[in-house]
Amino acid sequence: MAEYALRFVLGGAIVSAFAVLGDVLRPKTFAGLFAAAPSVALATLSIAIANNGADYAAAQARSMALGAIALGIYSVLVCHLLMQARLRALPATLAALVAWIVCAGGLHLLILGWR
Amino acid sequence: MFVRLSISSLKESRWYEYLTRFVLGGAATVFAGMLSSALGASVGGLFLAMPAIFCATATLIERHEIRRKREAGMTGVRRGREAAALEAVGATLGSFGMIAFALAFALSVRESSWLAFLGAAVSWTSVAMGAWWLYRQSTWHRSRSRMNGH
Repeated sequence: MAEYALRFVLGGAIVSAFAVLGDVLRPKTFAGLFAAAPSVALATLSIAIANNGADYAAAQARSMALGAIALGIYSVLVCHLLMQARLRALPATLAALVAWIVCAGGLHLLILGWR
Repeated sequence: MFVRLSISSLKESRWYEYLTRFVLGGAATVFAGMLSSALGASVGGLFLAMPAIFCATATLIERHEIRRKREAGMTGVRRGREAAALEAVGATLGSFGMIAFALAFALSVRESSWLAFLGAAVSWTSVAMGAWWLYRQSTWHRSRSRMNGH
């Protein structure tokens, strides 16, 4: 329970710090870089090293690279849903989340297998 | 062309918007940890790059743009959508940096955890900023060619 509380506080703090950076930086495309900052990863990997060791953290980071490829595809799709399909931000980002799950899961299955 | 700071943008956000991002960030980190415990490090690792926070960020950017335009007497829906799309372009470029972060970390963490974090951070910064610089160069050259009638 204490570990999950630590995850929550650490993750929330790092995500908020990157979000504030994104808020104050201009132009908007540059600020957008911080929307893809490894904020959740920084918190999770630090705890993984302390609790489970380097091999566990390395396995997480290897899969994270596949998740990041899916994130690139997701962001392109969001851009198209906003500008071509003229969806509002919330439905566009939520609909594209399905594509992220399919791409990330598919890449994992293809490259790393089931587990 | 140059990157600049706009501290006044902080005034546009309400306290509950900061709280929302803190809670979403914390929840996404807990979720990634729970999935790693349940399904293993490999499947759980995918969720370190999940765009859970992006939904909130893009929605807030759209809302701020709409609010600003409404104060000027316009609807602002189109500008709000464009602002969120620009954020998505930045996230696309940032995803290259995230791939570099993950690979640098995975390759070096067995040697030294501190060096792994340092190397991963340097990789993220250089690749993300490099991708953005290339994007800016290409859009700048395209707009110049259009102005010159090519």
